[in-house]
Amino acid sequence: MDRLPRWADVALVPLISLVLAAIISALVILAIGQDPWEAITVMVEGALMSPYGWGYTLYYTTSFIFTGLAVTVAFHASLFNIGGEGQAQLGGLGVALACLFIPWPHWTIALLAATLAAAVFGAAWAAIPAYLQAKRGSHIVITTIMFNYIAASLLIFVLGDVLRPLGQMDTATANFPAAAHLPSFNEIPGLSLIFTKGVPANVTFFIALAAAWLVWALLWRTRLGYQIRAFGKSEPAARYAGINATKITMVAMLLSGALAGMMAINNVMGEAERLVGNSASGAGFIGIAVALMGRNHPLGVVLAALLFGFLFQGGAELGLWTKIPIELRTVVQGLVILFTGALDVMVRMGLARVFALFRSPRPAEAA
Amino acid sequence: MDYATLLQLLDSTLRLATPLLFACIAGLYSERSGVFDIGLEGKMLVAAMCAGAVAFLTGSAWVGLLAGIAGSMAFALIHGITSITFRGNQLIAGVALNFLASGLTVLAAQSLFGQGGRTPPLTGAARFGELTLPFADALRPVPILGPLYAEVISGHSVLVYAAFGVVALTWWVLYRTRFGLRLRAVGENPAAVDTAGISVPRLRFTAVLITGVLCGLAGAYMATALQAGFGKEMTAGRGYIALAALIFAKWRPVAAMWACLLFGFFQALALRLDVVEAVIQVKVPGAFIDALPYILTVLVLAGFVGKAIPPRAGGEPYVKER
Repeated sequence: MDRLPRWADVALVPLISLVLAAIISALVILAIGQDPWEAITVMVEGALMSPYGWGYTLYYTTSFIFTGLAVTVAFHASLFNIGGEGQAQLGGLGVALACLFIPWPHWTIALLAATLAAAVFGAAWAAIPAYLQAKRGSHIVITTIMFNYIAASLLIFVLGDVLRPLGQMDTATANFPAAAHLPSFNEIPGLSLIFTKGVPANVTFFIALAAAWLVWALLWRTRLGYQIRAFGKSEPAARYAGINATKITMVAMLLSGALAGMMAINNVMGEAERLVGNSASGAGFIGIAVALMGRNHPLGVVLAALLFGFLFQGGAELGLWTKIPIELRTVVQGLVILFTGALDVMVRMGLARVFALFRSPRPAEAA
Repeated sequence: MDYATLLQLLDSTLRLATPLLFACIAGLYSERSGVFDIGLEGKMLVAAMCAGAVAFLTGSAWVGLLAGIAGSMAFALIHGITSITFRGNQLIAGVALNFLASGLTVLAAQSLFGQGGRTPPLTGAARFGELTLPFADALRPVPILGPLYAEVISGHSVLVYAAFGVVALTWWVLYRTRFGLRLRAVGENPAAVDTAGISVPRLRFTAVLITGVLCGLAGAYMATALQAGFGKEMTAGRGYIALAALIFAKWRPVAAMWACLLFGFFQALALRLDVVEAVIQVKVPGAFIDALPYILTVLVLAGFVGKAIPPRAGGEPYVKER
């Protein structure tokens, strides 16, 4: 098979995968007797045509940037971290503890502390699977799946029996103090001129963008990033070059867990302002789709996160205004993962054939 | 805890272990052939929806069962095409199929019945009834063993007995037939199997389709025997518990049965926290018992309880030498 030109590999392959996912989604909508065109107009209208819609789209985008980056960092070390969901929930626990029990004088300091707590808790939850992978050779995919379920049980216990205030019915913590309130877009000077209604998107969005830049700098501009990528490309070669496999596995997974955990400053601290059950609500898993769609590059992750933010907000609007169930977004998510992550070889084979058509007849001396 | 309570616990252990057992043996075929399958959950869910919907529409649990198997096999086929034909990432394909199943089942059930993504409750012949084994009532007065036979072993749907039959059959197939030998070989060293002139893709496709059939049984049992109808996300992580049981059992059929019974017992305990509390005199959070299968599996993976070594060629697509 001929190699594809770089631009085709970077842009065309994900684009075609996306188009295939969209076509099948449209067929699914037709199959349940609804109108795909109506669906896409409702989604665009609800997610992108008003500042209010953008306020939600960017809120989801923020979460997905964090979880997408988490999967990306692990992928570069050729580790598949499915545990983002559990790590994000533990991050939420870290945020809740930091916000509930320490009286912070100002939200900036609270944010700093909460970010740190979220990262530490998320990383800690990734540490055991990482150690087992590095030292015992247990498959990281299986252990991180198990840890998702253990995290879910742990949080049911913590929220139900430990952190729930006396007399409160729903399993959640108390509300965070007002000093830990993060400014939403409608409260930030300048942005408040555009976002006049209350929206969940908040300052965390800028932290997510900064995190994307930092991950890029780490992976492509530092020695550690080089070691992570070398280890991911070929473990024997990396070992031969003197790269410590245990260290890289641990560091990559801890970073990954920390990024997934940091998602909690967006949804727990920025939006809910208390820790509720199932706080990550699937964002950890969407990180897989985001990383695959974004071709494991931070810039791609930001763009893919925006796409999934649109899909999420648009999907919610579908549930409100049409007869198409909100679960359509899970279908699209599955299709995107299938086409970009597992069937990319098929797309690439097809493309290579198309390119070969244009290239032939090839001059004899080139061979 | 008195004897009657113990029998109740064991009775619900058998009921709850059955879907785990079908799914676990399903995973065994696929993984022994070298195709990792974390999509057991999705296949079960699709099967549960197809079985629930068709059983309701036709009024026959058996037709529902066939529909469940067909739905699950369709997903197994996608998994096979993705990971065997196109040599895609097996784990990512499994994740994708789980999401597809989670969304599509609700979409389909909602468009068919309009009841918020579930099927209407099944009654009569649309569900698998409970079989009373011969002499169950006659033997009941026998001390100890009589009630055990009448309460625990007798009185389940035919699928429960089928699940244990599948374990025996799988043991025989795996260790006593030519197909079983080849299946085990292709998961360890596909190149050797290929050299012997046996088609690796064909063996793996067969295994993946058997996985589809068994996941179909697991899902159909959920919707038409354990419960009366399909409900959103009704498999509730059982596919992953089955996967855990498979690792716990180190990919062996008889051990898989014991692992599923153990995990089924945990699920039965989680429903009877009062009993747990009465026996050990300490209040145990239900969440802890829910998490036990996963914690035990991590311990096994960590090498504290024996060592779990997966089939060596698992997860890697086979590329024929040219």
